[in-house]
Amino acid sequence: MNPLDSFSELLLISAIAVYLFAFIAFALDLARRSAESQARVDLVRRGSAATEAASGGTAVLVEAPPAPPAAAASTRRPAARTGIALLVVGVLLHLGAAVLRGVAAGRVPWANMYEFAMTGTLIMVVVYLVSLTRIDLRFLGSVISGFVVVLLGISTVSFHVAVSPLPPALQSYWLVLHVLVAMLGTGFFTLAAALSAAQLLQVRRGKRLGAGRGDRLRLLATIPDADRLENLAYRISVVGFILWTFTLIAGAIWANHAWGRYWGWDTKEVWTFIIWVVYAGYLHARATLGWRGTGSAWLNLIGYACILFNFGVVNVFFHGLHSYSGLPTGQ
Amino acid sequence: MSRPSDAQDRFADDGAVVNPRLGPLEWLRWGWRTLTSMRTALLLLLALAVAAVPGSLIPQNSSDPNGVIQYRQDNPGLAKVVDAIQGFDVYTSFWFSAIYLLLFISLIGCVVPRLKHHWRAMRKAPPRTPSRFTKLPASSSVQLPGLTVAEAVDAGERVLKGARYRTARYGDSVSAERGYLRETGNLLFHSALVGVLVAVFVGGGFTYTGQKILVTGDTFVNGQTQYDSLNPGRFFGDDSLAPYALKLDRLDVTYEQRNLDALGQPLDYTAHVTTTVPGQAPKDATIKVNSPLDVQGTSVFLLGNGYAPHITVRNADGSVAFSQTVPFRPTDSKMTSLGVVKVPDTTDEAKQIGMIGFLYPTAAERTDGSFVSIFPSVGTQSLLSMQVYVGDVGLDAGTPKNVYELDTAGMKQVMGIKDPLQLKVGETRTLPDGLGTVTLDGITRYAALDIHHDPSQGVVALFVALAVIGLIASLLIPRRRMWIKVREDGDGVLVEYAGLARGDDPGLVRAVAELERDHRAALPAAAREPAPV
Repeated sequence: MNPLDSFSELLLISAIAVYLFAFIAFALDLARRSAESQARVDLVRRGSAATEAASGGTAVLVEAPPAPPAAAASTRRPAARTGIALLVVGVLLHLGAAVLRGVAAGRVPWANMYEFAMTGTLIMVVVYLVSLTRIDLRFLGSVISGFVVVLLGISTVSFHVAVSPLPPALQSYWLVLHVLVAMLGTGFFTLAAALSAAQLLQVRRGKRLGAGRGDRLRLLATIPDADRLENLAYRISVVGFILWTFTLIAGAIWANHAWGRYWGWDTKEVWTFIIWVVYAGYLHARATLGWRGTGSAWLNLIGYACILFNFGVVNVFFHGLHSYSGLPTGQ
Repeated sequence: MSRPSDAQDRFADDGAVVNPRLGPLEWLRWGWRTLTSMRTALLLLLALAVAAVPGSLIPQNSSDPNGVIQYRQDNPGLAKVVDAIQGFDVYTSFWFSAIYLLLFISLIGCVVPRLKHHWRAMRKAPPRTPSRFTKLPASSSVQLPGLTVAEAVDAGERVLKGARYRTARYGDSVSAERGYLRETGNLLFHSALVGVLVAVFVGGGFTYTGQKILVTGDTFVNGQTQYDSLNPGRFFGDDSLAPYALKLDRLDVTYEQRNLDALGQPLDYTAHVTTTVPGQAPKDATIKVNSPLDVQGTSVFLLGNGYAPHITVRNADGSVAFSQTVPFRPTDSKMTSLGVVKVPDTTDEAKQIGMIGFLYPTAAERTDGSFVSIFPSVGTQSLLSMQVYVGDVGLDAGTPKNVYELDTAGMKQVMGIKDPLQLKVGETRTLPDGLGTVTLDGITRYAALDIHHDPSQGVVALFVALAVIGLIASLLIPRRRMWIKVREDGDGVLVEYAGLARGDDPGLVRAVAELERDHRAALPAAAREPAPV
């Protein structure tokens, strides 16, 4: 094994360990949210009316629909803070692993399934961390870190292949562009899917409460309401969708260079198309009566399921021109 | 496509039909409205996604013809069912076509009225100022001293105009709207998709693609009979093929030799060719996997390669019965190749010779005596191992035969797997029963070339580019309305600001705050700050 590659793998395993700790920290944060929420309920029950923030000045800024619960946005969350710090450390190790793998191979580190998973999850975490600087999405920390641990775990165990040179078909600058944009798009879609899942939980909780049944997931009281989650999921998906459109087009241009046609319904092309159409459906569903809300959220999740299927199943088991997993075909 | 919030729905959403009895015309109108409704478009979109799935599960004639043949052999019963629903040609099947054609009709039916609507909206003044601002999604108000109503309204209009809003004054208020490009982009995107579809359809008629296996040293002339297979478009004519000749001088293949994890993996394929266009001097050129050769409006792609042993068969009397370069089909990454030699030219039909050969470029013997190729390049270790049959090889019947297959039914095996005919380069072996001799003269490479002509590519690319521009505009440009309303208040004025998003607009609240800030900054210094209460 290439010594640089062994070191890359070591860094990657360290990154997985750090992500695991980040996951634990975020999970603790969620547990604390549950407790806080319970405490607030008790407080209200005791009759101490929550003071609604009334503005003192003459200039009043009113926002409707209401802003997310104040508790979600401003509370100091030491556990989540630790989680974010650990994520940053993990990302640095992860970045080191990807860079070393690239140096070992003398090319971009995304030419087979193992490398795609490694760099793809790196971009996922980076997209999440960058989004944190703009929106308070700390409540997704456990989902993102947990998901990345699972993906990286599977790929190190099952997808690892030794460093090998690029086959002639992949020797193109489109490899850099096409795959990079695909990974970026996947990063945004991951975030959007997590938000839509949270939205669905929020809707279910609302129904339970509306029916007078008990609150099962109290921590949901500390995260944005369903409407806000739906808006966030939409905005992030929009970015993902534009990136995915570029993936599709860059892929078509590359296919035209390499295989002599820009579209040939190769299995991977089919699935890229399916994903694009499902997300297009999601964007439309938001503007369709009867679909907006729960229906569109489900479509977002179905779109993401297609992405995972495209990566995990189509790559390995489907016959096609995009057979770059680097794994033995089992023949 | 998302409708503007002020577009009127053409029929009630509960589907209530007012007229109890519908004549044919009404039914037609109802059908058209249903087809062009958003809900139908969404269902068609989802149906399209679902309909695309089977084509990735079942091998397709278009992308994987060998897979289709294999599937037919493995599941003859199931293949009949798949055939019945055009399952090997999913993407040209009637049901897949029906879905996307309906989708595009629905899309056109939606886009056309919206084009009209948008055209009118773009020339109309922004709507009247609403009476109550606090009901709007974002609003604010401020009391400013020492200012007349007219001054405040004028400043407000200037600020909004400066921020590229279209404005209109209604009494002591300014109404403003921006982001018409959002809808323009939306309509551009959907219209461009129609353009892509039409360009692909019409342009497809003028395309042709052909395949040619070209052995080193051979010349290909761009003519219909020269292709191994040719797929012409609907409008293909005899004069569609641009005249030129292409000679394969050399095919260089480099394999990984140092990295033990990837030993024998191909690193580079380069075909050195000479092209000759009538009336011009021959030109040298190269073709690589990711860089096709453009010649006379066609693109020549290097899509594969393999070994072609040169085999000579002599009759017992020494006369040459067969002397050809036979392309073998690679079967694995180490270029173990399979090929068939059919020798028709013997005096007696029953004594024709058929041979099924395995070529091991770098042969190594396994413990059981069989061979395996351990490296893909040819040399002194190359070995050709053939089973030999005698009988009718089937060339005289006139029916097309797969060149890689030998129908051994009715033939007699004279050399089998146990005792194959084994040849190294330059060697000659004698066949049993006085059938003559076989010589392996040498091994050359062949290139599998794809030759394409697609004049519609540029048009398709143009529409795709327009679609992308439209998509980005329609998703990222915020469309919003803003209002400033002023009324007298004590010795100054009360200014109210409000905003309404049309479509998704994450920056609305911030935009209203900025409007207030900019408006106050545009006022005389003394009037910028609220009067102390």
